[in-house]
Amino acid sequence: MEDKVLMKGNEAIAEAAIRGGCRAFFGYPITPQNEIPEYMSVRMPEVGGVFIQSESEVAAINMVYGAGGTGVRAMTSSSSPGISLKQEGISYICGAEIPCVIVNMVRSGPGLGGIQPAQCDYFQAVKGGGHGDYKMLVYGPNSVQECMDLMYNAFDKAFEYRIPVMILGDGMLGQIMEPVTLPPMKDMSKDIRPDWATDGTRFGKQHRVINSLYIQPDELEAVNHKLFAKYDLMAEKETMCEEYLCEDAEIVLTAYGTVARIVKSAVDMLREQGHKVGMIRPITLFPFPTANYEKIANMSNVKEIMSIELSMGQMIEDVKLSVNGKKPVKFYGRCGGNVMTAEDIVAEVLKEEK
Amino acid sequence: MDKIIIAGFGGQGVLSLGQFIAYSAMYEGKEVSWLPSYGPEMRGGTANCSVCVDNSPIASPIIAVPDTLIAMNKPSLDKFVNSVRAGGTIIVNSSLIADKVERTDVKVIYVDANKIALEAQNPKAANLVIFGSYVKHSGSLDKENAVNTISKIFAKKPKFIPSNIKAFELGFALD
Repeated sequence: MEDKVLMKGNEAIAEAAIRGGCRAFFGYPITPQNEIPEYMSVRMPEVGGVFIQSESEVAAINMVYGAGGTGVRAMTSSSSPGISLKQEGISYICGAEIPCVIVNMVRSGPGLGGIQPAQCDYFQAVKGGGHGDYKMLVYGPNSVQECMDLMYNAFDKAFEYRIPVMILGDGMLGQIMEPVTLPPMKDMSKDIRPDWATDGTRFGKQHRVINSLYIQPDELEAVNHKLFAKYDLMAEKETMCEEYLCEDAEIVLTAYGTVARIVKSAVDMLREQGHKVGMIRPITLFPFPTANYEKIANMSNVKEIMSIELSMGQMIEDVKLSVNGKKPVKFYGRCGGNVMTAEDIVAEVLKEEK
Repeated sequence: MDKIIIAGFGGQGVLSLGQFIAYSAMYEGKEVSWLPSYGPEMRGGTANCSVCVDNSPIASPIIAVPDTLIAMNKPSLDKFVNSVRAGGTIIVNSSLIADKVERTDVKVIYVDANKIALEAQNPKAANLVIFGSYVKHSGSLDKENAVNTISKIFAKKPKFIPSNIKAFELGFALD
């Protein structure tokens, strides 16, 4: 087992980014994600990359816009209030179709809120926190290894679709240490800049332009349709979901990220007591695994679904849209930085069984 | 499965004690999670971490009912003493905690950790003394592997290895 290393979720994301070819990091400090820029500040010079602690979050996201526009694998990370500041840049990046990765280690809100774990930025992440019609590929990892695995390939996806990929974690996921297997360094030596990259060279006769301004309505409408055609393709090809003990379940609990692990413990405890309970966990939050939820909703053994979140209820709206009224969808959540225990979830489910 | 809460003052090596357990478990090929309390904490404030060790993947890393509590100071003992499961274990740093645990349904081990660390000529190694005691009494970790883990963790500061291993051994030798 010497090949495993013990890492924080934040550190695993940083190392996976480097191994996945990231060569530019721009960020501004905020708890609980500071290990990411800290790690990058040490590691990036070792691989010949760029690390800049910017003067603000707004500057950092616009540096990502610039670096990403040259075809470099660029990223930024922050936590909730900092991600809010980046929203204008994220919208521009989506409009200009610049691939990049944005990490949000969510803390409680609104406003400055607190620094403890939360999932209150779900809407912001999956519905588009900035202006305009856009989406990102949003991953909700539940372990340090999954942080590593999803981040490692995030840039490949970002470049495949020319979109920003968001890793949506929480303070708990950033701080927890678990053993991980490190993937090999991706060979970036043969990295060919994409044919849209404005890197100042190899232009030929055709000018390359990266922009999000389209004054002509017909032109912009075509861009809007083009973006959503990508999102449709992502829904078809990129959707990821885990189902646990749903085959005979009467109550199906649903959660994402670290909360899904607490839910899994609760499912095991309830199963030991003879209750037929299962779990469904979206790994991609956008595209949302609608088909999996439709299937669960159509199962005759399933009596109800319960969304369990560290918020006042956000993902539950996507669950309800997917379930489409076929089964009741209940909610249990904690917020403000408080985290439920498996025992709390067990008690909540037993209330439903009465 | 061993669910451990380690708590004390910031600066007592509470988080690093949790990491010694986590690394030892990982080197044995076990599954492990190490979750610190984080926040506006500082030297002299309270700190704690939750460590889960198991042979199968860890689901919830949050511990409501620990199997083992390691209390490095009085406020930590008071905070967590009643959460330990019946039949569980409490390791008390008796250097800083004069009180006895009133519960009779748990195994309690008193370790004069600060004094023993001085005997090992490393006053900062009270947490290693406790680590030794934990390895002895939990039975969940291999002793030789634990000693090797100490050497690995201090590989970049080799002068600290002997006194830390000594502190560990003194803790392990206690009943």
